[in-house]
Amino acid sequence: MTITLRMAWRNLWRHKRRTWLTVGAMIFSNLILVFSISLQLGSYQMMIDNSLKSYTGHMQIQREGYNEEPKMRSSIDAIISLAGRVRDQLGNESVAARGVAFAMTSSEERSYGLQIIGVEPEYEPKVSTLPGLITRGGYFTGLNTEEIIIGAVLARNLRVGIGDELTLLGSGHDGSFAAGIAIVTGIFESGIAEIDRSMAQLPIGYFQDLFGMEGRGHNIVINAADLSEVESAKQSVSSVLKDRDELVVLDWELLQPGLKQAIQADFTSAWFMYGVLIVLVAFSVLNTQLMSVLERTREFGVMMALGVKPARLGSLVITETAVMSGLGLAIGALLGIVMTWYLSIVGFSYPGMEDMAERFNLPDRMYPSLSILSIMLGPSVVFVFSLLASIYPAIRLFFLQPVTAMRAV
Amino acid sequence: MSGLPLKAILMLAWRNLWRNHRRTLIMLAAITVGVWAMIFMTALMRGMVDDMLLNGIRGLPGEVQIHHPDYRDDPNVNNSMPAPHDALLSAMRVPEVTAWTSRVRVPAVISSERDSRGVVLLGVEPQSEVKVSFDLETIIEGRFLEDSSDRGLVIGAKMADRLETDLGKRVVVMSQDPDNNIADRGFRIVGVYKAKLASLEETYIYGGRETVQKMLKLGNSVSEVAISGGDYRNVDRWLGGIQQAAGNDVETLPWYEIDTYLGSMLAMMDGFVLVWIIIVFLALSFGLVNTLVMAVFERVREIGLMQALGMRPSTILYQILMESLLLLLIGLALGNAIAVGTIIPLQGGIDISVVAEGMEMMGTSSMLYPALKLNDMILANLIVIILGLLTSILPAWRAASYNPIEALNKT
Repeated sequence: MTITLRMAWRNLWRHKRRTWLTVGAMIFSNLILVFSISLQLGSYQMMIDNSLKSYTGHMQIQREGYNEEPKMRSSIDAIISLAGRVRDQLGNESVAARGVAFAMTSSEERSYGLQIIGVEPEYEPKVSTLPGLITRGGYFTGLNTEEIIIGAVLARNLRVGIGDELTLLGSGHDGSFAAGIAIVTGIFESGIAEIDRSMAQLPIGYFQDLFGMEGRGHNIVINAADLSEVESAKQSVSSVLKDRDELVVLDWELLQPGLKQAIQADFTSAWFMYGVLIVLVAFSVLNTQLMSVLERTREFGVMMALGVKPARLGSLVITETAVMSGLGLAIGALLGIVMTWYLSIVGFSYPGMEDMAERFNLPDRMYPSLSILSIMLGPSVVFVFSLLASIYPAIRLFFLQPVTAMRAV
Repeated sequence: MSGLPLKAILMLAWRNLWRNHRRTLIMLAAITVGVWAMIFMTALMRGMVDDMLLNGIRGLPGEVQIHHPDYRDDPNVNNSMPAPHDALLSAMRVPEVTAWTSRVRVPAVISSERDSRGVVLLGVEPQSEVKVSFDLETIIEGRFLEDSSDRGLVIGAKMADRLETDLGKRVVVMSQDPDNNIADRGFRIVGVYKAKLASLEETYIYGGRETVQKMLKLGNSVSEVAISGGDYRNVDRWLGGIQQAAGNDVETLPWYEIDTYLGSMLAMMDGFVLVWIIIVFLALSFGLVNTLVMAVFERVREIGLMQALGMRPSTILYQILMESLLLLLIGLALGNAIAVGTIIPLQGGIDISVVAEGMEMMGTSSMLYPALKLNDMILANLIVIILGLLTSILPAWRAASYNPIEALNKT
């Protein structure tokens, strides 16, 4: 084996320039792959985190059918005590009950139709980042107080500040007329225009009063410690719901199918592009190795005449490719790491990214994140395809006739 | 012997190319795949962005909009403006403007006996609305509004589901009038539409302009004037005239400033196309240089002999460059042909509805129509030829600068 390796190494450097050009193609592709895969995986993670943390959560308990058709009457009975039981079961505080209703919200000067969310003041900050983004005023002081928290853009449009009164008009759980007032106690700025423009929250006790909910709510938001633990937490929550078969637990992929699909679409189109790079590298390797085999026809003829088996020569060619691809992988991945690491510290942006970033809940500057997966995924695929490309030149050796080969020009 | 005629150089290059047909074929395959990928991928991305822009502009609607200066920040009934005056009307009569419409557009709440929802209430001129924005084919039940005093309401299919209401039933729409009194009115649903992007169905409800103005006590005022000109790339040609006629009391903006996401997507796409073509080319260039280096290396003695016989170094340089050019041209021809051949069967659209909701986040619908643009093809071809010849100069120049005696003695 060592002799094959040594021969392979020496053979490679018989044509220095050719070897370096082929390795260069690999380095170039690996560099691009490491960088873009790190960027992609990093931004997917961020997209998921930011979108889920602001409001949706990792999973929700809802009445079956609510997700498809969020109707006022698809509600959960005795929601606060159920949320308490889920909290006990999971041993996790990040569980909060919510109610959702629509109301015409009026200040002295303006009126807007808004989605009103009733939240548990004690637990909501543990499932959502919004309460932490309050820039003026404070959070709710109790479960039943007539207080409301709204987004900054909405406050500007309603022309209200802390301490001003809003009138809410809507329809209650049974379709009856619901009306009430609430004092603006907090104004938050999430930076996501859609949320700042349209979100209003009430403490859930007052919410239930106002909309005639009689202890009901619409969903219980649950956050697992980590995205990877969502599945096990989901199992555990399901066991609490055994006696309530009208309820279901939905994870984020079902709650926000767009998020998962946007990632899938992006991932697929990206792999089409990576595939093209990889195929081009494979052609390069095929060319180099085929040429190097053809050049050595006489030499191989002599070796076979001396008793070297075609399989041994084939493995020599494969070893040459492996060494070459190994070099490409090591140098390419190394340069990729250096470049990505540098950009992960200083960050980068490109023209037009701001608007795009806002749409997908990403920050204005991108910081690619390196991981073993993002470093090794691209380069190892390049490695495998390079080896595959050298199979054809290697197989040709099995059809070599020593006598004719030795006479080849 | 002075420089060889072009024909002779061409002949030499062509024959040299096929001396090692395997190597040439592999390189051709690589160039073909590369060029195909450049054009194919670009057409897909262009198709996606075109769709995004057309949907986006149709939804805005119009390539140019006129508003009260505060309306965009605070889309309230108080930020209305008078209906278009004579100067603006005549400015909109230029041939570039294909259609325009004025609309009332205010936030509202719609309630059935079952549920209520926040929506955007549009008071539209049905005749011109269908030219600028509303697609009559999306009406799945009932009819669209007949004239601006039509007392019916048209809502989205999803909204009808949410409200558990139906064609012919009555709903109540609530908003505010300029004095912040609640303005409400019962409407009969006369039509249900199904939009390309599902989120629109839950956002917009359509009433007649005059009916809505009466309900909101708006008099003759409207929220916006939307002007359409057909081609979104040429807006700047006619924007100025409209801006001037509309005056300084209102805000007249083109689509790329109203929806900066759309504007930056277009700019980003142009950048992306260039970056993609160059990356593919760079990946190709290693193989190209490699092929030429090997072709020269094999022929060192031959080149020495030709030089000894009096061939000028420049002729050798041209000969190698010609080889490269031939290789590139054949690869380009094949790549272009295959790209066109694979895109044309897909013109009917590629169904990507498995990721429809994801595409909706980006603003595109669930069918992807590849858009083969002549400009993109020309760009790809030019980049490959120009950069391809540039990268070939180095091996060609090396071949031309051999010392004939040393070259002849090389084994």
